[in-house]
Amino acid sequence: MRFAILMGLAATAWGEAPDAENGRHLFARYGCYQCHQLEAQGAAATGPRLGPRPIPFANFTKYVRRPTGQMPPYTAKVVKDSELADIYAFLESLPAPPPVKDIPLLNQ
Amino acid sequence: MSWPNRRNFLKSAAATGAAALAGKPQLARAQEAPRASAASAPSARAREAETGAPPAEVLTADRPGSDFMVDVLKRLGFEYVCSNPGSSFRGLHESIVNYGGNRDPEFITCCHEESSVAMAHGYAKIEGKPACVFAHGTVGLQHAAMALYNAYCDRAPVYVIIGNLVDAASRRPGVEWEHSVQDAGAMVRDFVKWDDLPASLPHFGESAVRAYKIAMTPPMMPVLLVADGDLQENPVAEAWPPIPKLTLARAPQGDSGSVAEAARLLVNAENPVLLAGRVARTPAGLKALIELAETLAAPVIDQGERMNFPSRHPLNLSSGRGLIAEADVIVGLELTDFWGTLHNYRDQLRRTSRRLTKPDTKLISITTGDLYLKSNYQDFERFQEVDLAMAADAEQTLPALTEAVKRLLTADRKRALEERGRKLAAAHQKALEAARVEASYGWDASPISTARLSMELWAQIKGKDWSLVSGAGGWPARLWEFDKHHQHIGSSGGAGVGYSAPASLGAALANRKYGRVSVTIQNDGDLMYAPGVLWTAAHHKIPLLSVMHNNRAYHQEVMHIQRMANRHQRGIENAGIGTTLLDPSIDFATVARGMGVYGAGPILEARDLGPAIRRALEVVEKGEPALIDVVTQPR
Ligand code: HEC
Ligand SMILES: Cc1ncc(C[n+]2csc(CCOP(=O)(O)OP(=O)(O)O)c2C)c(N)n1
Ligand SMILES: [Mg+2]
Repeated sequence: MRFAILMGLAATAWGEAPDAENGRHLFARYGCYQCHQLEAQGAAATGPRLGPRPIPFANFTKYVRRPTGQMPPYTAKVVKDSELADIYAFLESLPAPPPVKDIPLLNQ
Repeated sequence: MSWPNRRNFLKSAAATGAAALAGKPQLARAQEAPRASAASAPSARAREAETGAPPAEVLTADRPGSDFMVDVLKRLGFEYVCSNPGSSFRGLHESIVNYGGNRDPEFITCCHEESSVAMAHGYAKIEGKPACVFAHGTVGLQHAAMALYNAYCDRAPVYVIIGNLVDAASRRPGVEWEHSVQDAGAMVRDFVKWDDLPASLPHFGESAVRAYKIAMTPPMMPVLLVADGDLQENPVAEAWPPIPKLTLARAPQGDSGSVAEAARLLVNAENPVLLAGRVARTPAGLKALIELAETLAAPVIDQGERMNFPSRHPLNLSSGRGLIAEADVIVGLELTDFWGTLHNYRDQLRRTSRRLTKPDTKLISITTGDLYLKSNYQDFERFQEVDLAMAADAEQTLPALTEAVKRLLTADRKRALEERGRKLAAAHQKALEAARVEASYGWDASPISTARLSMELWAQIKGKDWSLVSGAGGWPARLWEFDKHHQHIGSSGGAGVGYSAPASLGAALANRKYGRVSVTIQNDGDLMYAPGVLWTAAHHKIPLLSVMHNNRAYHQEVMHIQRMANRHQRGIENAGIGTTLLDPSIDFATVARGMGVYGAGPILEARDLGPAIRRALEVVEKGEPALIDVVTQPR
């Protein structure tokens, strides 16, 4: 997707096994980033933080398929299970942030 | 005494300069007909009697009606007229800059009427009184309309005067007809509080004062006066008519019975909650809400439409919607949407809602919204049942409510409340710490996270007398320390995008004389409606730092299209079509420089942001506007 690429993201090859890099790409391409932000860090008004340490994979797919809140549903018709696995791998791969005490701007 | 309006001016001209008018159509435009004043006409007639030649056409006028109109505006205390020029008010315009000396009011050149009105809207929220707007007949008012709608929804006073030529027989052929209208007010009557078309100068004086008073009476709203072109341009021989004294109406206060009843409910409540909408019209409202909350040890959920409550006050639990489910008494203070606050709403194929409160929770409302309502536009939101409704102004009522609460508090009750206060303070601290942890995720991301942007900005301004001339929503509300009334101005009211850039400039204009550092977090889509506001900032040297929240999109709409695409199970990759601002990406720094504003960026790396803000602030502190383009995460 051109607009995703222009936001600074590189397209990568599609893979069969869970592939975090492809997951990052799909996270942008399928619009997860819109509500959950590009690093899945979340935003109060649009969607919660999803990683690192996402909810268990079974719950994750269940939620994405049939959300119980505001999130729009992503059915298997539009996002394959294998693609969700890649997205999940991306969320797992996210680095932990530095501790708040080490960020002076967050201690003002 | 009768005052010259178009008709009786011509009558007097006909009587005094009969020979000159003979053979001319009765309703010739005053400019074509001799503009005989009562003083000059007899000598013209005498000259004609002597020489037999027609008197020389009078081509000048010393005292046009528009001079009087400017006297009225001066008396009302306007500092500024925000305006895009237009011939329907050329008389007024010239009187402002010459007769009035272009001071109080001073003409602020705007590049779009929507910008004029939104500037006045932002100005009003800092200054607590209206700025004047001039707009050009039909075309100017139509451009102004959406910004008027925002000010109306936001209960903000804006004072608009448009020019118009009522007398069809006097209009210049061509464009003056397109720009004239029979009932100008009809265009915006659904969202101004009052409008009038004065037919004479005494009428103008009265209506001008009445309009000001009405605009400033809560619920405050925009007003519209139509200044007839002939009334502006015709010369006046008589002494100016009197200008009525302006006495603002006191805001209505809740009746003593209801105040006592509310106090009783609140003192006995185990878990009361105070919901604050547009409470603090003035700094007094902020103080009054602090007093009530502290007296009761009750949590405040500030919805951010005004600077109602200090963000770091231990009783500020604005992020705690869970409190609503626990509450036994809830007070809604000047809420736009009480119902929406008390319900969860699900935007799925089947729209559903769920009430959050317990069935026996007592609901009290204090709002001037109960005093004034219009039919057509639906900004009044869904109807909420309540147990006690005061049709009154919250700011005006809070001190009496606090006193009534104090009278009912026993020593035992006070001890219990202290305990509650401690628990709430702990919850406040916990929420602050949780927000800091959330802000740390994506801290170094590129595009830059909105949390990082907010904190880089705050670090640079917090030691100064600052004013965030946009809403505090999002990270500033959660992480900055707001404790003064001028530190934010709430939101647009009507969610008509395009508000933020001009409103922040209007607020910065009001802040200028106090030497405050005005900053705004400026969305890209919003600035693109009328970017000419940047030129206005440069031209009038209005110090304002705009830090772009440039997500290169109408991002709100990206999410809406995604929602539809998901629902329809197709095209989930296409939500960017028609909603993104890419290809080309807008180079806002260059746009700013092209308008004479200091521009920096685009900034993509978080580490570059702090230094860029420091440099831009130096410009702002010298009294000029500056803009930093920051490419950000969507939200
Ligand atoms: C239009 C906004 C939107 C989009 C797009 C979106 N989400 Fe969500 N998501 C939400 C919201 C809001 C929630 C919070 C719960 C709710 O209201 O549904 C949520 C919750 C979740 C949860 C549950 C989190 C938890 O802790 O329980 C998961 C998992 C999730 N989203 C994954 C995704 C993935 C993966 C995508 C893309 C394929 C995606 N979301 C796209 C808005 C969105
Ligand atoms: C006058 C007007 N036109 C259109 C809309 C629909 N709309 C709502 S939010 C939005 C996007 C605004 O973009 P921006 O200011 O960049 O904010 P973002 O959503 O990207 O944060 C639009 C177009 C509106 N609310 N008002
Ligand atoms: Mg945007």
